[in-house]
Amino acid sequence: MSIPRVGAVLLTGFVLGCVIYSWPSAKPVKAASLKPDAERHAAPDFALKDADGKTVRLSDYKGKVVLLDFWATYCGPCKIEIPWFMDFERKHKDQGFSVLGVSMDDDGWDAVKPFVNDIGINYRVMVGNDSTAEMYGGIEALPTTFLIDRDGKIAAVHVGLTSKSEIENGIEQLLQKPAGASGGAGHVSLPAEFVGAR
Amino acid sequence: MLLAALGTFLCLPSLWAQGNQYLTAEAPEKLVAKRGTSAEAKIAVSIQPNFHVNSNTPSAAYLIPLKLTWTPGTLEPGEVVFPKPRMEKYEFSDEPLSVFTGDFNLIAKFKAPANASQGPGIMLGKLRYQACNNNSCFPPKTVEVRLPFQVQ
Repeated sequence: MSIPRVGAVLLTGFVLGCVIYSWPSAKPVKAASLKPDAERHAAPDFALKDADGKTVRLSDYKGKVVLLDFWATYCGPCKIEIPWFMDFERKHKDQGFSVLGVSMDDDGWDAVKPFVNDIGINYRVMVGNDSTAEMYGGIEALPTTFLIDRDGKIAAVHVGLTSKSEIENGIEQLLQKPAGASGGAGHVSLPAEFVGAR
Repeated sequence: MLLAALGTFLCLPSLWAQGNQYLTAEAPEKLVAKRGTSAEAKIAVSIQPNFHVNSNTPSAAYLIPLKLTWTPGTLEPGEVVFPKPRMEKYEFSDEPLSVFTGDFNLIAKFKAPANASQGPGIMLGKLRYQACNNNSCFPPKTVEVRLPFQVQ
C-alpha cells in the first residue's frame, strides 16, 4: 500500500472513529424534548442523607415526577437554575412533583449547608459522592439535570445550563401522564446508555 | 469496522485529554540555585479554548482559586506570582468574574538553604484549579508539576 493510500485510510478511520465515539446514543443526551417512552431506562436508585440526616432514596419517589439536579456551590450556572427549580417545586409539588438536589461539593455539608440556608432552598438537598455520580454516567459537567417520569425512568437529561422553559415544558408533559404510561415499573438498574458515557 | 476501531483508537488521546483536564502545565526548565540564594521557576500554563479557571483571587468566597502548592523538599518554596487576572462577564453571572484564560505563566520562587546538599533533585508541585465554560462547571482538578533543580 502506498504512503498516500495509508494516509487516506488512517484519516478515514480517524474521522469515522470520532463520529462513532461522539454519536449521541453513546453519551447523555442533551435532550431538546422528552425521550420516547420506549427509549427510557430506569433511573438508578440511591440512598443519600439530606441536611437533617434523613436518608433520601429515589425509590421513595416512585409515582412522582422527579427533577434530579447534580450541582455544586462553586458552579455559577447551577446557581442560575436553582431559583427556577424552587419555583417548579412551589408550582408543581401538589401535582406529584419533587425536586431533588445532589451537591457534588468536595467539602460536603460545610460548603452546602450555608448555601442552602442563604438561598432558602425549598426542596431536599443531599451531598453526593463518586459512586452516585458513577451510577448516573460519571457526572462531570455541572449542572446536569435528569427528568424522571412517574415510572422511575429517565425521560430527559440536560447537561449544562438549559432554558427554564425547556425544563418546565418537560415537567409539564410528564405530569400529564399517569404512572405506568411509559411501561414497566421503575426497577433499579444501570441505564446502558450511561455506562462509560465519559 | 476495522477503520472505525482504528479511528477510535487514534481519536482517543485527544478526547481523553479533553475529558479529563481543562488546564495543562508544561514541565518547567531545570532550576539552578546556589546555596543560600533565591531562584525562580517559570511554569507555562494553558487553558483549553472556551474554558476559564478562577484566578488566584476569585471574585467570591465560594469560588475555588487557582493554587500552586509544593511538597516539602530541598528547596524552600516562596511566593507564587500569578499574572493579572481578567475580569470577564459570563452568561451565568451578574458580575464579571476574576479568571484566567488561554496561555499564561506562573512564577514560583524558591530559596536554596545555605546547608542544602549540592546536586540535582525534583520539587513536586500541585496546581489545583476549577474550570467552567459558558454553561457548565467542572469539579476541581489537580495537575502535577515536576520541577527539576540543581543546587550548586
